[in-house]
Amino acid sequence: MISKLGMPKWGLSMTEGRVVGWLVDEGAEIAVGDEVAEVETEKINGVVEAPTAGVLRRRVAGENDVIPVGGLLGVIADASASDAEIDAFVAEFEASFVPGEEEDAGPQPQVANGLRYLVYGEGGEPVVLLHGFGGDLNNWLFTAPALAADRTVYALDLPGHGGSVKEARDLAEAVRGFLDAQGIDKAHLAGHSLGGLVAAQLPDRALSLTLIAPAGLGSEVDREYVDGFIAANSRKQLKPVLERLFADPLLVTRSMLDDVLKYKRLDGVQPALEALRDRYLRPGVTVDLGAYDGPLLVLWGAADEIIPAPGRDDVHVLPGVGHSPHMEAANDVNRLIEEFLTGVRT
Amino acid sequence: MARTITFQQAINEALAQEMARDETVVVFGEDVVGGSGAPGEDDAWGGVLGVTKGLYPQFPDRVLDTPISESALIGAAAGAAASGLRPVAELMFVDFMGVCLDQIYNQAAKFRYMFGGKAVTPMVVRTMYGAGIRAASQHSQALYPIFTHIPGLKVVVPSTPYDAKGLLIAAIRDDDPVIFLEHKVLYTLEGDVPDEPYALPLGEAEIVREGGDVTVVALGRMVHLASAAAATLAGEGIECEIVDPRTTSPLDLETILESVENTGRLVVVDEANPRCGFAADIVAQVSEQAFGDLKAAPRMVTPPHTPVPFSPVLEDAYVPTPDAIAAVIRETAGSPTPA
Repeated sequence: MISKLGMPKWGLSMTEGRVVGWLVDEGAEIAVGDEVAEVETEKINGVVEAPTAGVLRRRVAGENDVIPVGGLLGVIADASASDAEIDAFVAEFEASFVPGEEEDAGPQPQVANGLRYLVYGEGGEPVVLLHGFGGDLNNWLFTAPALAADRTVYALDLPGHGGSVKEARDLAEAVRGFLDAQGIDKAHLAGHSLGGLVAAQLPDRALSLTLIAPAGLGSEVDREYVDGFIAANSRKQLKPVLERLFADPLLVTRSMLDDVLKYKRLDGVQPALEALRDRYLRPGVTVDLGAYDGPLLVLWGAADEIIPAPGRDDVHVLPGVGHSPHMEAANDVNRLIEEFLTGVRT
Repeated sequence: MARTITFQQAINEALAQEMARDETVVVFGEDVVGGSGAPGEDDAWGGVLGVTKGLYPQFPDRVLDTPISESALIGAAAGAAASGLRPVAELMFVDFMGVCLDQIYNQAAKFRYMFGGKAVTPMVVRTMYGAGIRAASQHSQALYPIFTHIPGLKVVVPSTPYDAKGLLIAAIRDDDPVIFLEHKVLYTLEGDVPDEPYALPLGEAEIVREGGDVTVVALGRMVHLASAAAATLAGEGIECEIVDPRTTSPLDLETILESVENTGRLVVVDEANPRCGFAADIVAQVSEQAFGDLKAAPRMVTPPHTPVPFSPVLEDAYVPTPDAIAAVIRETAGSPTPA
């Protein structure tokens, strides 16, 4: 069995990625999910995981090579396959591969009741992903595809965000309305930061709760960050603000700054962000999990500057990661969530 | 949500969304409805190149055809603006500014100053500029430096569909007279544009491409030709930083100076006439304020100081080309011309 290690697609706009480096030598045994290569995109850097187990027989892409989505990074096969068979596999792939043709554009965003959302996968128990303050559904570009292998994953833009209506509606009620409209009684709710606060406000609709650096559970949200995010009106002003989201500030790319700035300049965004800040991100707004006795996973980055990790026993702290672990340590977070969701099912 | 539309559609959408948002916004000019005497509204042309097509059926009371008299229609815009409306007047070709310049530079540009700040003049003049469509010397000029020369006017020269929509919305919401110049060759250019309204600040340059070797300042259509040159030069190891000021008044000189501080080299690419023009202005201001940073003489890439030729061969030779731009950047960078 010879299989392809391909360039993944980590978001709507991703068409290609640059190989930053290999993490595994040729000839090494790899298991499903092992990190094999680092890849950099316009948006963010990520790690490619092995889709199948076997031996990494060939590293086809070299460091710094730019490979289209779906293109060949390497070849995984049993040790028994001959070099000639590997050569033939590579040659056949390269003869037939047309960039952009193999993979369609991925799921296309839809809009219902003023909320924009994306659906990944099908069947299984539904997962609903809720982004943080000033974010959007693209924040889950590493998370959603990974969780969608055997379930349906919905990533949505909260009101005032992304492609959703630019009004400061009640966020939990908006998500409730979304679940109703989709015919979902209960879902695995996963939220980051403000989205974690919102998820925790819906215990009656939760099969489980995954809260990633949620607002209202630990320390107060850093006011300087929130106000700085709202006030920033140029790339120059925005850059130092967004850099605080990550332990590694180099993750803030020009493209990320452009996307956030374009969003912030849309009519209605500024007042919506101010209203949401005043309603949700102020001292005294806390998560009350008293009424919830279902499964709970709380993840936090140890280097979180925006909402420092609380000293609670039930918090899983990820070392060397800032406020956005699902972007900065995507594979760790995906694995933890996957294990958690699998455990919930059994 | 962003989707791909043309420069022309972006302008049309900005007008439609501002008219829907604010009922004081009115659009008038020669043929901006067009064919309104024809049997049905569907026949309306919407301007000589169709940029305003579809506005009249949506806002029949606020989209008006005017007589062929630029002095009357631009004067009417100044008066309407001073008395409470937000007119967007269309001067079909900027080349026709000669017959309505008094209304622009002596009237609209002066109201705020002559009335002690008690009057505002929220008018926009949309107008086509630029060579490249074989329209000869009276329909092909790039005359924005003349407006830039006049204090009291704001001057916008967008290069992309995204910028065109956001800057036109900002121009309509602005309380000063704004001249908005659209390169006719860019009308079919496609780009990602949010369907929602948004305003971009007037006076904020865009860094189109980052690079550390040579600062290239370019406006409007020239941004695209400079980008083509920069792509070629990147293959030779010369990294250009392309700065698109987007507005010539107000001018974001700070961004240009910061870039020159980093690169030490400046090339300005401009479609306007070279004498007393935009390129000369940028070179002068950078030379005055950042002389110590410069490692080479600043250079201008412009057409020759002649009328735009009608002969296709000569017109093609008149407009700066990516090759001509790349050659000047190479010289500035001190690099040899490749064999």
